[in-house]
Amino acid sequence: MSNKVIIDPVTRIEGHAKIAIALDEAGQVETARFSVTEFRGFEEFCKGRPVWEMPSLTARTCGICPVSHLLASAKAGDAIMGVKIPSTGVKLRRLVNLGQIIQSHALSFFHLSSPDMLLGWDADPAVRNVFGLMGAEPELARRGIRLRGFGQGVIEAIAGRKVHSPGIVPGGIADAMTTETRERLLAGLDEAQQTAEAALELFVGMLDKFEREIGAFGLFPSLHLGLANDDGLWENYDGHLKFVDAAGNTVADNIDPADYRTYIGESTRRDSYLKSPYFKPLVADGENVNAGIYRVGPLARLNVCKTMGAPLADEALLAYREMAGGTANSSFFYHYARLIEILASTELMRALLEDDAILDPMVRATAGINHRHAVGVSEAPRGTLFHEYHVDQNGLLEEMNMIIATGQNNLPMNATVLQIAKEWIDGHDIPEPVLNRIEAGIRAYDPCLSCSTHAVGKMPLDVSLHDHEGTLVSSVQRG
Amino acid sequence: MTRARIATAWLGGCSGCHMSLLDMDEWLFELAQVADIVYSPIADVKIFPEDVDATLVEGAIANEDNLELALEIRAKSRLVISFGDCAVTGNVTAMRNPLGDPQQILQSVYVDAPDRDGQIPVEPGIVPPLLPQVLPVHKAIRVDAFLPGCPPPADRIQAALEALLEGALPPNRGEAIRFG
Ligand code: SF4
Repeated sequence: MSNKVIIDPVTRIEGHAKIAIALDEAGQVETARFSVTEFRGFEEFCKGRPVWEMPSLTARTCGICPVSHLLASAKAGDAIMGVKIPSTGVKLRRLVNLGQIIQSHALSFFHLSSPDMLLGWDADPAVRNVFGLMGAEPELARRGIRLRGFGQGVIEAIAGRKVHSPGIVPGGIADAMTTETRERLLAGLDEAQQTAEAALELFVGMLDKFEREIGAFGLFPSLHLGLANDDGLWENYDGHLKFVDAAGNTVADNIDPADYRTYIGESTRRDSYLKSPYFKPLVADGENVNAGIYRVGPLARLNVCKTMGAPLADEALLAYREMAGGTANSSFFYHYARLIEILASTELMRALLEDDAILDPMVRATAGINHRHAVGVSEAPRGTLFHEYHVDQNGLLEEMNMIIATGQNNLPMNATVLQIAKEWIDGHDIPEPVLNRIEAGIRAYDPCLSCSTHAVGKMPLDVSLHDHEGTLVSSVQRG
Repeated sequence: MTRARIATAWLGGCSGCHMSLLDMDEWLFELAQVADIVYSPIADVKIFPEDVDATLVEGAIANEDNLELALEIRAKSRLVISFGDCAVTGNVTAMRNPLGDPQQILQSVYVDAPDRDGQIPVEPGIVPPLLPQVLPVHKAIRVDAFLPGCPPPADRIQAALEALLEGALPPNRGEAIRFG
């Protein structure tokens, strides 16, 4: 009898991953590990290349959130030049990021996760996907596809392309916005906002069905990290780093992103290409890195901010906090937080577009290499993203480090897989819907594994179950 | 009319090609009218099925898992299409090739850089070893058509699928074969 389950590949997530679960002698779940299986080595092959090229090159770490890499990279470039970019350049960058939050969150909710919630955890795996959703709930699927399309359209309109846009550059944005583009984007906003509201209503209406999931999909105390601004409003582009604890108390605030290494450490594991960042001040030498576990992304951002700074989203935030009991510590609420962020994005986008300053032709500052070291940071849909560059006097990269949102959720994702496995697995037999729940626990984080290993990514996941002697009991591969 | 059996796979790439595929937006409904997507990172089927009419392969071949899946895809698909620049040339994924031995790269990233627990990931059966050199897909298996672009824009993917559904190979002239 063997006691280890492997899910391989994990599907409907944005990366390549496997899950291995080990049982003890009594057949109870002992450990569960989430592993990322791809590696590309950006930190190494970017060395020697010009800083000007970094936005478009590092965008290729990830086709789902290329804008986050474009922004973090361009911001590192701003700092290496030592320029203050024109305020309209900042506004356009903010608009692109809001477009990306909408498209990426829409993908996570409608295309990847809603099939579980709407078609059921035990629906036939062959239809439990966006195509199945098109058959069962065509109207909802269409709205989700159109919402994602709207977000992608905003990115294309401002930055030149939907995927790997060339228009976000060190110093600002390549091209000013035209009146026609502004009108076109404004014309699409109403529908986007209505879809966001409808999705929220649908999700909240289903919540009471998911009591067990809320209790077991990663319900544990942890720190939460996000960008914060001086007004305490939801932030996704600028500001400082802020950590709060599971009760919402501030643990560290007003941290200059350039000092991230004082607060964030990175550790490596034998069974994953994904590193595990941790909050350094809480982990003593030799102590388990889990003592420094923190979450990033929608859940963390909503815990870090006071309000969203957008009226409809703020109403939703109140209801959300009531439901979550203040600070949200169940990762199931990532879905809920994501929908609130979509709604806020549509509202903030409208405010930016309605302001005539958005048409100002001054959108880019230029300069040469004036500093040798910089850190660029942005809030990716999945959480805080860091790019750190050291360059020579010609702007060629000497050292580079990227800390990716999904990596920072590595410890939480592992804790979540273990919690779900303990809740649902009893003995050697693992029914398919249980496997899907384990994967769904991962999916709640919307991990972007192509980013996370700056690696090659893909979406599959693979669960294996091993016994206490390490023999493979079952390897679950659905087909 | 029998429904076409289409698969899409993701090897060593950034998923941007798949995102561009989703950028076909509402045309996806039309696709679903005439074809089944029998395997894809956006669906739940874990084992590559038999008897697939055409498979779009994103990404280069970077590790042993990629290679194994590529061979399986070839054995079970009538047509294999290299989907995007990484599949066609290796592109960004192959940028590690000039650095030589992947162990050196892993050493630098996983042992030298981290604050603690530095070690090269090796767990057998879980973490696939990297190939010494990243390969474009056609270096590992026979490929029937190429769809370049980083990523190929959605309208080009749509044109390729329309041709495949008609039983023809994707267009291979002018814009249709532009890289980048
Ligand atoms: S071709 Fe470009 S978009 Fe496609 S996987 Fe490679 S890097 Fe990503």
